Amino acid sequence: MITLQLVHLYPREMNIYGDTGNVLVLRKRLQWRGLPVQVTPVSVGDPLPTDADILLGGGGQDAAQGEIGVDFAARGPELRAMADDGMVMFAICGSYQMLGHEFVTQEGRHIAGVGVLDVVTHGQSVRLIGNNHVDTPEAGRLVGYENHSGLTTLGAGARPLGTTQTGRGNNGQDGTEGAVRDNVIGTYLHGPALAKSPRFADDLLRRAYLRRGVDAALDPLDDALPDLAARTAVGRPR
Amino acid sequence: MTLLAVWLGKLTLLGLRLIGRRGNALPGLVVEKVFPRFLARAMARLPEGVVVVTGTNGKTTTTKMVATVLDEGLRVLTNDTGSNFVRGAITATIENASWSGRLPYDVAVFELDEAWAVRFVGLVAPRRCLLLNVMRDQLDRFGEIDTTAGLLGKVAAATTGHVVLNRDDERVAALAARTRAEVSYYGVSAELREMFPNDEELYGGPVHVSDLPATVELRTLPSPAHPAATLRIGGRDHDVLLRAEGPHNAQNACGAAALALSFGFDQARVLAGLAKVSPAFGRGQTFTVDGRRVVLQLVKNPAGFRQTLRTLDARTPEAVVIAINDDYADGRDVSWLWDVDFTALGPLPSRRYTAGTRAADMAVRLRYDEVDVDEIEVDLEKAVRSAVGAVQAGEHVVVFSTYTAMWALHAVLQRIGQAVQ
Repeated sequence: MITLQLVHLYPREMNIYGDTGNVLVLRKRLQWRGLPVQVTPVSVGDPLPTDADILLGGGGQDAAQGEIGVDFAARGPELRAMADDGMVMFAICGSYQMLGHEFVTQEGRHIAGVGVLDVVTHGQSVRLIGNNHVDTPEAGRLVGYENHSGLTTLGAGARPLGTTQTGRGNNGQDGTEGAVRDNVIGTYLHGPALAKSPRFADDLLRRAYLRRGVDAALDPLDDALPDLAARTAVGRPR
Repeated sequence: MTLLAVWLGKLTLLGLRLIGRRGNALPGLVVEKVFPRFLARAMARLPEGVVVVTGTNGKTTTTKMVATVLDEGLRVLTNDTGSNFVRGAITATIENASWSGRLPYDVAVFELDEAWAVRFVGLVAPRRCLLLNVMRDQLDRFGEIDTTAGLLGKVAAATTGHVVLNRDDERVAALAARTRAEVSYYGVSAELREMFPNDEELYGGPVHVSDLPATVELRTLPSPAHPAATLRIGGRDHDVLLRAEGPHNAQNACGAAALALSFGFDQARVLAGLAKVSPAFGRGQTFTVDGRRVVLQLVKNPAGFRQTLRTLDARTPEAVVIAINDDYADGRDVSWLWDVDFTALGPLPSRRYTAGTRAADMAVRLRYDEVDVDEIEVDLEKAVRSAVGAVQAGEHVVVFSTYTAMWALHAVLQRIGQAVQ
């Protein structure tokens, strides 16, 4: 079996909401099935592995987002090419925002994103915070926790990951949550989202294998525990 | 006016007691509303002024350390109830004032929550402050770590006499520039530094070793072979047997010692005081239940949980319970559990239980660190009873518990067991 190459973007700078857990979840779900996996952290200045299969990024502090902004923007052409090539990307919150065209701060400053996703984010002062989940057409329910002040709107080139029933989602207005194009997924769901969404996690793995021409029949894992945790979370107050 | 305020507060306290409540906040809240300048006036009468202790982790235990050490030579007023808003400080003041309005103390030592510390220093300029650390905690409330550092900066700026800073927390050490007060530092030795990672260092890269001088430096941690912590004060090493366990409490003891030294206390007196400090409410407090020893450990954020887990290094308990609630006071977001490394639990022979509203979440977290869970029980009392029932007399159960779960379990343990003094 081929070795899946997971790339963890900015582990030191973009980590304050537990999103690192997404990397652990994917790695363990491969290892528990005896499937080879490699995890490469990529920080400011590090080259992106050219054989990357899945790119994972989390949320960070606003200041950290500033520190890595230039580095991230410089990777624009490479990341767009990777996305066009069908690479799987799963980006949360700050990383999701930076995959878009730009982030416009409250003061009107324009911070360029990499334009992988057809979305634009506007900063504002109120944070959208609380338990949230979204039912996706491709891979079932994604269960997590949103905590962001940027309001993201989708252009024609991206479709929402789903519609949120209980949360505020991308912008608190149109009921959408997250954005998808090809195998690139952005979402505001921390949690970490994949911990309580095992089928969604496996779907990311399946997409990565398919891109490499492998139609992987992933052995089933006992997911009673994450399913129970997901049901509990959905039933809790926001 | 001060007398009226004291009477109003004391009557509120009495009223609460008559209806069987133990009010730590309400009397203070009432007086705060009716007599907004009461606190400033009362504090102005203390000859040694006010000490403020704040930071993300270790406030309650460190405040207790400072108060206990200062008690070796001064009459100390403190808010040891864990009510760390301004109203908690007012309640403590009123409770300890006489009905004639006298406040027979030399110094007040107040633990204040980071946000409330700023409100407090707006009312009363502290003579001294001890700033512990800034860690990721309650992001739904404080926003970001840098925001919290800004709050502590305001406390440093308002302090008139002496500021004690943790040199090993870069955000805290940098606050020296924010104050005109005298500054001293405490810290851990370069060898121990990696035992105390901050949120960034947890994800790789070199740890920052400060070259600032420390008035009190932690040289060695307690271990089974050498149960005392070694503190270096004025070039000499001193062993002190701390009753509050864990590396973080040895570090906190250095902060408390540095603060006491700023009062001109001699080393012997500081060390004698430190040795007397018993664990604070729910922070390493021990109970006996049917001959088993149950240790209750509050955990509320990744850094604190990581450090509290290290208390297991010194002694392996026969059972571990992790109780995670997600009420407002705990933080509704439980994603922080993924920034704690639980892999060290895997090889331990201890039985493992998860409990609380997010018992299932905790079990998922442990599973991804290859830690098997013996029982998942949402009900806190059932979980603890189950763990106690599974171990032998004389054996240990350690209960790691979020804030509201800790309060609930404290009541349970007092009912079904006895607190060890």
